[in-house]
Amino acid sequence: MSQYKVVHCNINGKNVEKAVDVRASLTDMLRNEYHLTSVKKGCEVGECGACNVLIDGEAFNSCIYLAVWAEGKHIRTLEGLAEPDGRLSDIQQAFIEETAIQCGFCTPGFIMTAVEILEANKLYTDDELRKLLSGHLCRCTGYENIFRAVKKTMYNRLGKPIDF
Amino acid sequence: MNKVGKSEARIDGYDKATGRTKYYEDRMPAGTLYVRIKHAEKAHAIVRSINAEAALQIPGVVKVLTCFDVPDIPFPTAGHPWSMDPGHQDVADRKLLNTHVRYWGDDIAVVIADNEVDAVQGVRALTVEYEELPFVLDVQKAMEDGAPLLHERFPNNILKHTQNRLGDYQSAIKEEGLLKVEGWYETPTVQHCHIENHGCYAYEENGRIVVVSSTQIPHIIRRVVGQALGRPWGDIRIIKPYIGGGFGNKQDALYEPLCAWCTTQVGGRCVRIDCSREETFVSNRVRHAIRFHIVTWLRKNGTIAARKVECFSNQGAYASHGHSIVAKAMGSFHQHYPCPNMECDSYTVFTNKPAAGAMRGYGMPQASFADESNIDDCAQTVGMDPLEFRRLNIMPDGYKDNFSGNVNYFDSFRACMKKGAEIIDYERKRKEYACDSGSVRRGIGLATFWYNTAVYPISLETSSNRMLLNLDGTVTMQCGETEIGQGADTVYAQMTAEALGLKSYKDVHVISCQDTDITPTGLGAYASRQTYVAGFSIQQTAGLLKEKILKYACEITQTAVSDMDIEEGCIVRKDDRQILMSLSELAMTAQYNPVHSEHITAESTFTIRNNAYSFGCTFAEVEVDIEMCKTKLIRIVNVHDCGRLINPALAEAQVHGGMSMAIGYGLSEQLIFDEKTGRPLNNNLLDYKLSTFMDHPNLEAYFIENPEPTSPFGTKALGEPPACSGAPAIRNAILNATGVAINKNPINPHILFAEFSRAGLISDPWKEEN
Amino acid sequence: MYDIKALYEAESIEHAVSLRLEHPDAQIIAGGSDVLVQIREGRRAGKELISIYMLDEMRGVSLDDDENIRIGSLTSFSHITRDPIIQKYINVLGEAVDMVGSPQIRNIGTIGGNTCNGVTSADSASTLHAWEAIVELTGKNGVRRMPIKDFYIKAGTVDIRADEGEIQTAILIPKSSYENTYGHYIKYGMRNAMEIASLGCSVNVRLSDDKKTVDRCRIAYGVAGPVPMRAPSAEAVANGENVSETLIDEFALAVLNDINPRNSWRASRDFRLHIAVQMAKRCLLESIKKAGGVIQ
Repeated sequence: MSQYKVVHCNINGKNVEKAVDVRASLTDMLRNEYHLTSVKKGCEVGECGACNVLIDGEAFNSCIYLAVWAEGKHIRTLEGLAEPDGRLSDIQQAFIEETAIQCGFCTPGFIMTAVEILEANKLYTDDELRKLLSGHLCRCTGYENIFRAVKKTMYNRLGKPIDF
Repeated sequence: MNKVGKSEARIDGYDKATGRTKYYEDRMPAGTLYVRIKHAEKAHAIVRSINAEAALQIPGVVKVLTCFDVPDIPFPTAGHPWSMDPGHQDVADRKLLNTHVRYWGDDIAVVIADNEVDAVQGVRALTVEYEELPFVLDVQKAMEDGAPLLHERFPNNILKHTQNRLGDYQSAIKEEGLLKVEGWYETPTVQHCHIENHGCYAYEENGRIVVVSSTQIPHIIRRVVGQALGRPWGDIRIIKPYIGGGFGNKQDALYEPLCAWCTTQVGGRCVRIDCSREETFVSNRVRHAIRFHIVTWLRKNGTIAARKVECFSNQGAYASHGHSIVAKAMGSFHQHYPCPNMECDSYTVFTNKPAAGAMRGYGMPQASFADESNIDDCAQTVGMDPLEFRRLNIMPDGYKDNFSGNVNYFDSFRACMKKGAEIIDYERKRKEYACDSGSVRRGIGLATFWYNTAVYPISLETSSNRMLLNLDGTVTMQCGETEIGQGADTVYAQMTAEALGLKSYKDVHVISCQDTDITPTGLGAYASRQTYVAGFSIQQTAGLLKEKILKYACEITQTAVSDMDIEEGCIVRKDDRQILMSLSELAMTAQYNPVHSEHITAESTFTIRNNAYSFGCTFAEVEVDIEMCKTKLIRIVNVHDCGRLINPALAEAQVHGGMSMAIGYGLSEQLIFDEKTGRPLNNNLLDYKLSTFMDHPNLEAYFIENPEPTSPFGTKALGEPPACSGAPAIRNAILNATGVAINKNPINPHILFAEFSRAGLISDPWKEEN
Repeated sequence: MYDIKALYEAESIEHAVSLRLEHPDAQIIAGGSDVLVQIREGRRAGKELISIYMLDEMRGVSLDDDENIRIGSLTSFSHITRDPIIQKYINVLGEAVDMVGSPQIRNIGTIGGNTCNGVTSADSASTLHAWEAIVELTGKNGVRRMPIKDFYIKAGTVDIRADEGEIQTAILIPKSSYENTYGHYIKYGMRNAMEIASLGCSVNVRLSDDKKTVDRCRIAYGVAGPVPMRAPSAEAVANGENVSETLIDEFALAVLNDINPRNSWRASRDFRLHIAVQMAKRCLLESIKKAGGVIQ
């Protein structure tokens, strides 16, 4: 018999609760129970980063995170990033402007890691940025424009002129 | 032209940046049944029996289907246009599930369950009885007499052997004083690794089968599903939503036929097949590993007297795209470095490995690695700089290939090399690095490639298009050439806006999703053809739509059609540019005119009987740590002539992706198999070394824009070209750094250790053989 | 959806111990980055799990009364790297675990899980061996402590007594081990991120006051044998000797007496031996530099 547990958490700013199969990954819960389909499945073993979400401000591959562990946590997915009226956040806008999006499948995970990086309010070096972004695989972009989008937004937020 | 040639933002950018873009799995109806595939755990065997009793005890299991249940219909899977000539049709060599297991991972049964865990448990609960057969993984061994035979119709496992002869090789090599440069070059099995695995779901609707699939080629899939199930093709409807990359793997019928059949076995209920990453590596398609043997005969002045090229292509277990890939590879040599006497042979050979199909570059990354390695060795043999040697021997200005009709109109090769050399400061660095001698040395190298655009004259080349004038003056556009991430929809919008005279590319609504019930028939995304071929049908269909618009406008404005044009979304009088009416006014009037109402639309097909050469090169700069057997790529520059750029930013992004793939091909990627069992060893993203964010320097992409005369928009191939020349450029840079010529990619630390040991650059006194 | 038979969520260390005693066949899951992957592979499918992930009392780094460093077993790699105590006293451990997998894996992966799975390639393991860490286990009979080298029994097996309800609760670095000691870790991988080590080497030194003599040198490897291991012959070569280039070379060659890597499809034995020597050399050189030594 399946075992269920009520999981209370805050998803994209809203307190929610739902009975969840204890066998579910956080990916399963977010996609199937909350229809947050920006959370993608690319490997289901924590290697590609497509399912990445923020939990209490840190990036996690939701595919290898049990849904029941979300109890009491603040979870953010890409769906929660734009303004309620649809205006994009600066990092989303930068992904578009820098042509950092191609097939779009790795995009949600990448943007959420970028959010964690940007919220640190630090000016990282190029090598540090590459390392911080290295938990995501992308086969379309060669990472080049993703790097530019994140770096540009980091400089903008810190009010510094950018030098690529 | 002002709508093309601009770096417009992708039309799907907003949705993708907000995560709302729907891929096949995001559209799945609730209650869909899970189909999980039982893959053979033998490299070569006959399935004697499958016991499903235990699986059927699992509560959620709905049905078990095995290789003994499927229709006895072999079918082809290659995403080629169908040929009416039986001699040109793809080889039909697999069934939906196979009793004759031909590789470790072959599909032998499915378990259908109402939940994922029960489906997985069901597959584990199946017990299979095999009659094991000897297997063969190596091409040369597979061709030997007495080797295990995969398909009875193909003796010695040779799917096909073709040749290319020019002049008289045997006589030419007798010329006095020739230098011989001979090598065996080996390229690996690699996988596409699109981040979205292939998957699909299928259900019945009014007696027909609907399949929603992550594919590049919906119209071709309809044909293959019909063939595989023995159903009229009109019974099949394929829907292609957004997909998370394809790179050629999804230019094949993967699990659409099996999924379609499964729904018919459960009363038309919706069923899903979602490939895991492990399945994607092994049970989809891979890139052909090709082994080349090249003998080049040089004169002391550096000219090439004669060349012999043999290509042995590892097809794996099933024909898929078959011989087309190595044929293309072989065909590149005489055009790349034309020489009067050539003897070329190519073989495609079945082995007990995963089936090889299309992958970005279609034989050219392999050919480029072999050819460009040999060419650098040639340069070294005659003591010339590799750049100089290429300038001397590469395809000349005005060269015409009589088969494709392609012409090198602009001496593009030399222009690309010149630009690349300047950007990376080739001459200076070449001199500077010549002095390096320690354990850490730097080097610089280059490689070039050419690529065809589209598939004419080998296969049918066609594009269809439909345009509707909307009441607000915008235009809705549909075509069969698919968006797979490359940005096709955006350049279609730009070209349509250009051809029609609309105000902005945003006034074109491209219907991204192909639905074979609705979308005009097209062939899909492959062969770097979309922008080129869609250009013809867009130009033609826009012409037809414009004619209809102006004809209707004539009724209202009483101005002759020939005196009007459309500019910036308005109908204008040609003479003085006077605006007569906006397209919106015209569309409204036409639609709601009580006397003559008209919904203005146009649709047409263009049969393309042209092809175009695309050119380019890569310059790579490396730092090799000899003691640590490591290569660090410091700088990499690609220069392309792909004609006029429709969207420079998208073009640049496309080049980045190809460069990244080439870096992996050059340094790290390889699918490996256990020699003792044929089992794949690294079919996951941890052990298969796809480049990460930390394995690249900045990627630098440049262009030479020579407008392609055959294209209405001056454009030609760019999708695959960036993946072609990176690996040999890195190889040649390592040669420059260390003096060691390595003829096998990926050039990973294992290879470096072996090669540096052999060359005496490293020596371990404790090793027994020392 | 994972094939899990039942999940028991521990609410405290004592609860975890009693759950272990109640469900002796259950598998402990901490961060899950290994266990969940193995369930999906089928290796641990259909098992009962005891989750200790929610036990925040097992997170964090502190100094005890004797100034030994105490790392709670559930402390994630990224928190270890960022921790000021780690940065001050044993920065090399923070650097080593900063090479595990990817940023996301470093957020979920725990040092307890990294050691309890008993694998030789764990990025923390060679450094913990080289710094003679102490493993703390808590069971029905209270706390048991042991040197990390005794904790590893064989590949994949560590000394945790399930029948006593034990779980690993902390890893300790004694003050005597870290005082005036400087180390360096090299991970050898086939790419620069998302990588499992082909070989890992961690060296640390304590130099004499004049920085001319090696007072104490310790070296440990991952993937040089079935479990992480020290290289005592090499240590003996270096201990008490003057810092010099020759010493570094002799030290590096001496590791061949100790290590025993295997041939596998991931790397050949010869390749690993070659790299192991290079790593020893470079790690010792770096450690000496960090300790303020100058190569004569």
